[in-house]
Amino acid sequence: MLYREALNKALDETMAVDDTIVVLGEDVGRYGGSYRVTEGLYAKYGEKRLIDTPIAELSIVGNAVGMAIGGLRPVAEIMTANFALLAFDQIINHMSKYHYMSAGKITLPMVVRFPQGVSKQLAAQHSESYEQMLSAVPGLKVLAASDVNYAYHALKHAVMSDDPFVFIEHELLYNKKGEVDLKTPLDPFKARIVKEGSDVTIVSYLKMVDDVMAAVPKIEEALGCSCEVVDLCSLNPVDYDTLKASIEKTSRLVMVEEEHKTGGYGAQIVSWAAEKMFYTLDAAPLRIAGADVPIPYNRTLELLSIPTPDSIAEQIIDWGRRNDV
Amino acid sequence: MDKLLAETLYYEMVRGRAFEYAAKEHYMQGDISGFLHLDIGQEALSVGAMKAFAKGDVFSTYREHIMALARGISPKAVMAELFGKEAGVSEGKGGSMHLFDPSHFFYGGDAIVGGHLPNAVGCAYARKFQGEEHGVMAVFGDGATNGGAFFESLNIAAAQKLPLLFLCENNEYAIGTKITRVAPFEKQAKKAEPYMPAIEVDGMDVVAVYEAVSEAQHYLEKGHGPIFVEAMTCRYEGHSMSDPNSYRSTQEMALCKARDPIERMKKVLQEQYGMDAGAIELLETKAQNEIDEAVSFAAEAEEPAPEALMAHVFTEGGTHALS
Repeated sequence: MLYREALNKALDETMAVDDTIVVLGEDVGRYGGSYRVTEGLYAKYGEKRLIDTPIAELSIVGNAVGMAIGGLRPVAEIMTANFALLAFDQIINHMSKYHYMSAGKITLPMVVRFPQGVSKQLAAQHSESYEQMLSAVPGLKVLAASDVNYAYHALKHAVMSDDPFVFIEHELLYNKKGEVDLKTPLDPFKARIVKEGSDVTIVSYLKMVDDVMAAVPKIEEALGCSCEVVDLCSLNPVDYDTLKASIEKTSRLVMVEEEHKTGGYGAQIVSWAAEKMFYTLDAAPLRIAGADVPIPYNRTLELLSIPTPDSIAEQIIDWGRRNDV
Repeated sequence: MDKLLAETLYYEMVRGRAFEYAAKEHYMQGDISGFLHLDIGQEALSVGAMKAFAKGDVFSTYREHIMALARGISPKAVMAELFGKEAGVSEGKGGSMHLFDPSHFFYGGDAIVGGHLPNAVGCAYARKFQGEEHGVMAVFGDGATNGGAFFESLNIAAAQKLPLLFLCENNEYAIGTKITRVAPFEKQAKKAEPYMPAIEVDGMDVVAVYEAVSEAQHYLEKGHGPIFVEAMTCRYEGHSMSDPNSYRSTQEMALCKARDPIERMKKVLQEQYGMDAGAIELLETKAQNEIDEAVSFAAEAEEPAPEALMAHVFTEGGTHALS
């Protein structure tokens, strides 16, 4: 099954059991979704539940907030993270705050989904990542789906939860293959150990998990070490327990993220480690992140602006040699 | 209009104004802090609209105390909220600008100008989806009609034929900027004309507001889509307690107060309903007593416990079981 099919399956199965679930966004209905996530759902559930909206992101999220107040369970799709910026007033001022400001009288069972990140030469206005901003907003639960199984289970959880969720996907993951494990329940807030290891903890999420995994054989060979790879999965709340256990085992932390380094999401993880795990660490943590530039169009420059398997391997090997890994 | 309703409209306006003057006094004494936006002068609009739209859902702005009261939320709960107390309608977490009570179909209390309009559109979608006929009312000022959220909302509500009443309280000022300095015309209903029918009403006349909003709600119930009501009104105070109201002349204020909605309705009660001065005074005393009790209640109410800080960030449990 493909990642986009897993998302589709999660929507389909939840919509089948709860007819208050509606999906809204640009081209989500008759067209089937820009990334085909909602394919087939319009034919099955009709235009009342698969709502094609105008290109008005503020309203897509703002209407979803109102639908949730009115007793529906909306799932809003934004075509890409950069466009979600037009909806930030609704996400931050309304979606994240109504439950708290009303002392719990208003609940917002809703999800805002969007893909983000560098795809291929889409240039600066279609390539960015905003998890750092959204994860810093109290009142939002922020999930980042890096694989098929997590995408299916976590989206299902988010749709059925009574809290507001931001569900982040990556443009390059929609055609990723994998299996959905229907037998094992999955806690969407628990970080996932993608690969066990004993010497270095490499923390990542979303598409960077794949890039880290591609870099690991080279790193292990060059340093003669064993890497543990952790996928955060939930960016808010963070499963610090899993991180703590891993760092206690390895004593070393590397954080890999695609977004711009300054103020990037990984800064929170490294800051936490400095504050809580300082005496457990045998080396200063390493942060690998995107360059502090708008994403360029040219392919060579584009690949220089974000971590790649090669650059991840190179930086970790260099850091490892300087730190007795 | 029957006499009981006429008396109720008068009573609610008097009670609303008494509430606002009490809030002003306690703001000056330091019992209430933050931003306090008073609705004095606009009582006809707030009361007339809420009483006419008694069955639908309401999304309003930060100038919403009188609307909340007219919706049936108790003055004690509203005043306690202004005092930041646990017994407040939002348990002291929202304050003056964020009064919410779904049990009275009242959803704020939004302090982002125009930000609640897309929410009202979404709720109207939900009501249409559920086959609920009464519809939704969004209340906003003239200032909100210049923002993008307003135009997006007109467009979607009309395209989807949603049961949504856009109620514009046009008091001609966005804080200190007169509407005609930042918009090409004085009446904002013109902006809605390509999308939906519009009614203009004297917002200083509570009977007229009541009738216009009732007519608009009947229109929603027929399923024709949204409707726009523009009420020309006038606030007597500054935008908030931080605004000294220096941009309006004494003459302009005098003209404004000559249209006083409470005095007008008092005359209607005397001339059309034959109420004598004594009966009217009884209503006024009752209203003032209710507000005095609300103030005592708020003053004596408990502060929220420190544990309240982290409560209500999320729902407890938060997962709706898959059936």
